[in-house]
Amino acid sequence: MEIPILRQGRVLIATLQAAVPDVDLMRLRTNLVQEVVRGRSQGVIVDVTAVDVMDSFASRVLQDLAHMIRLRGAETVIVGIQPEVAFAMVQLGLRLENVATALDLEEGMDYLNRKFKTTA
Amino acid sequence: MLQARNRMSAVQSRQSAGSTQSPERTSVLLRELVAHLRQNRTQLREEWARRITEAKLLTAMSNEEVFAEATSVYDNYVEALETGTFEALQAYARNLSERIIPRGVETHEVVGIVLLLRDVLARSLFAKYQADFTKLDRILDAYEPAANRIANTVAVGFVQERERVIRQQQEAIRELSTPVLQVRERLLILPIIGVIDPQRARQLTEQLLRGIRSNRAKVVVIDITGVAAMDATVANHLVQTVEASRLLGATVIVTGLSPEIAQTIVNIGVDLGKMNTVGDLQGGIEQAERLLGYKVVPIAETPVQAPGGSETWRSQS
Repeated sequence: MEIPILRQGRVLIATLQAAVPDVDLMRLRTNLVQEVVRGRSQGVIVDVTAVDVMDSFASRVLQDLAHMIRLRGAETVIVGIQPEVAFAMVQLGLRLENVATALDLEEGMDYLNRKFKTTA
Repeated sequence: MLQARNRMSAVQSRQSAGSTQSPERTSVLLRELVAHLRQNRTQLREEWARRITEAKLLTAMSNEEVFAEATSVYDNYVEALETGTFEALQAYARNLSERIIPRGVETHEVVGIVLLLRDVLARSLFAKYQADFTKLDRILDAYEPAANRIANTVAVGFVQERERVIRQQQEAIRELSTPVLQVRERLLILPIIGVIDPQRARQLTEQLLRGIRSNRAKVVVIDITGVAAMDATVANHLVQTVEASRLLGATVIVTGLSPEIAQTIVNIGVDLGKMNTVGDLQGGIEQAERLLGYKVVPIAETPVQAPGGSETWRSQS
């Protein structure tokens, strides 16, 4: 199932469900990277609150997504990583390097708004 | 009558060379034994208490206490011999252990006093039956297994009680050892004191990550001033904790790294760019406040409060 992308002001929001097939994740990456410039968005939030297992592929895709979106001129925040998931990821060496993270959607929004203020 | 019994026992001893006696025969002997122990209760008990003091056992207790405990142990001992059931003795041993463990009585003392009692009673049996060696032999056959089982029961009871206390204390220490404290809105501190083993490290991480979620923390100060040294595994775990916290959107500041730990962390080759470290806890909290946008100023520099407000406050207190 395709992952819906919501627009909230200058920010695009995508919410992942518990088990996301690799293809859907790749398609989300493509869609977001296109959408961010088409809609003149400045920020992207990927919400992974429901995700209980984050494998190397998924975290790689998320990291690439964040880097690609930065190259397209916007900021990405990954929000809602569960404590157990976070620790499992770190143990597997999946560190989401140079990717902003936040506790939940609200925090992510906060982060982006502050970012917009400093760059504006 | 006595002759008949002697003859009978002689036959018996020929039939059963040593330990293999029929159960009813053993119970008759045990009954005789118990009668003997009851008869000489005062004297044997005193002898036993004397030997306990001589051997410098139970030094944590006063002489009167030793004597009182000796009396009840003696009675329970005789009762266990008589009934051949050990439940009551077990319960008593547990109860006794519960009372004496907090006073610092050691395992060797408890085992020692039970073995002393066994010796005292065996001696009295020697004295009583020295004329009739075969009888003594059979009495001891009946006495020894029962006495050994009693010694076993008491020792096991004591050790189990001790282990229970230790488990309880471990549990308590584990709960106490990793407090996650909120010092300001969205600022947590995690003071770590003592030795960190891998199990404690894992628990620490879990508590911290859960704390970050429930307190919606943005900054966490981990203070390891109280940790003298850590091995590479635990240091690695610490670094992983820092990164996992970052994935939850919190910045971690590590304070109070000792030179040894700094050495360990450098040796395992951690990228220090990811680790935010400050010399001491105060510095860590100050930096955390900066990150959160707080500014702490001395009270003299703040504008004077409205008099009404402070007066109502004063009248309330």
